[in-house]
Amino acid sequence: MSHDDHQDHKHEHEPPSPQALRVEAIESLLLEKGLLAPTAVDEVIARYSERVGPMNGAKIVARAWRDPEFKARLLKDGTGAIAEFDLEGGQVEKLVVVENTPLQHNVVVCTLCSCYPWAVLGLPPKWYKDPAYRSRIVREPRKLLAEMGTVVPETVDIRVWDSSAEIRYLVLPMPPKDIAEDMTKIEESKLAEYISRDSMIGVEVL
Amino acid sequence: MLEMDLQGPVAPPMANGEVIFEAPWQSRVFGMARVLCEAGHYSWDEFRHQLIKQIEDWESHHNERHEVEYPYFDCFLNALTDILEAKGLCSTVDMSVRADEFSARPHGHDH
Repeated sequence: MSHDDHQDHKHEHEPPSPQALRVEAIESLLLEKGLLAPTAVDEVIARYSERVGPMNGAKIVARAWRDPEFKARLLKDGTGAIAEFDLEGGQVEKLVVVENTPLQHNVVVCTLCSCYPWAVLGLPPKWYKDPAYRSRIVREPRKLLAEMGTVVPETVDIRVWDSSAEIRYLVLPMPPKDIAEDMTKIEESKLAEYISRDSMIGVEVL
Repeated sequence: MLEMDLQGPVAPPMANGEVIFEAPWQSRVFGMARVLCEAGHYSWDEFRHQLIKQIEDWESHHNERHEVEYPYFDCFLNALTDILEAKGLCSTVDMSVRADEFSARPHGHDH
């Protein structure tokens, strides 16, 4: 038996974790009580795993890069402007879009828990929820961003936006320098491919 | 869940190769919390308050540069447990009894 076979074998017979048992118990009780429809949980998981993700945010940013009028609407009223995209996010909170400029870099956090603009970015990555990110990005944003690979020049102000139950933030990153001049010549869907999730949280520049 | 996050038309700006859920129970507890909220049993803000309470409790017992991994989804599960009890939707006693029953099953029963 190879090492890998042994690992698989062992895994198959490992007892479920206490958390897995608790979750299974809750789900079976809620199904019995009729509080959950049989496929409802699968549907929600599929929604956030497959359909709602950072590609929504990328489409919005791409349009803002190409269309100054849309960008103006987006910065003035994020919630209203993204209604044009017919996104399926189940989130009714206010969306505020903050624009990176040569003088200001924006970065988003939820200091208390894990609030995040689901409708436009999907579910948050693990590091976003981590206590170290949540406290350090407020205390020493420049240092932490540099550790994450993004060096923000001293001449650029860093503004940290703390998400809440009511307000979620999306960063409008600056386009990469090599395409900034001819964005109107690039199709919106192609443009969206340049835009990373992390740039819309503000921990990356493009 | 792992493969779903990395494949398909959503792949390009998706999770930068990271996974959102590290075990199936994490996705199910998230899914249940959302379904019950969307069905109107509580508001997401009410759930959020339970979650913040759990996170504060964990953080008050652990240093920021913690040696142990931050158990976000354990906090999430505890928050769901508390709100189900508080709203009279499901008692913790029933949960424990049912979990004990499941625990007593022979391992690998559903593989």
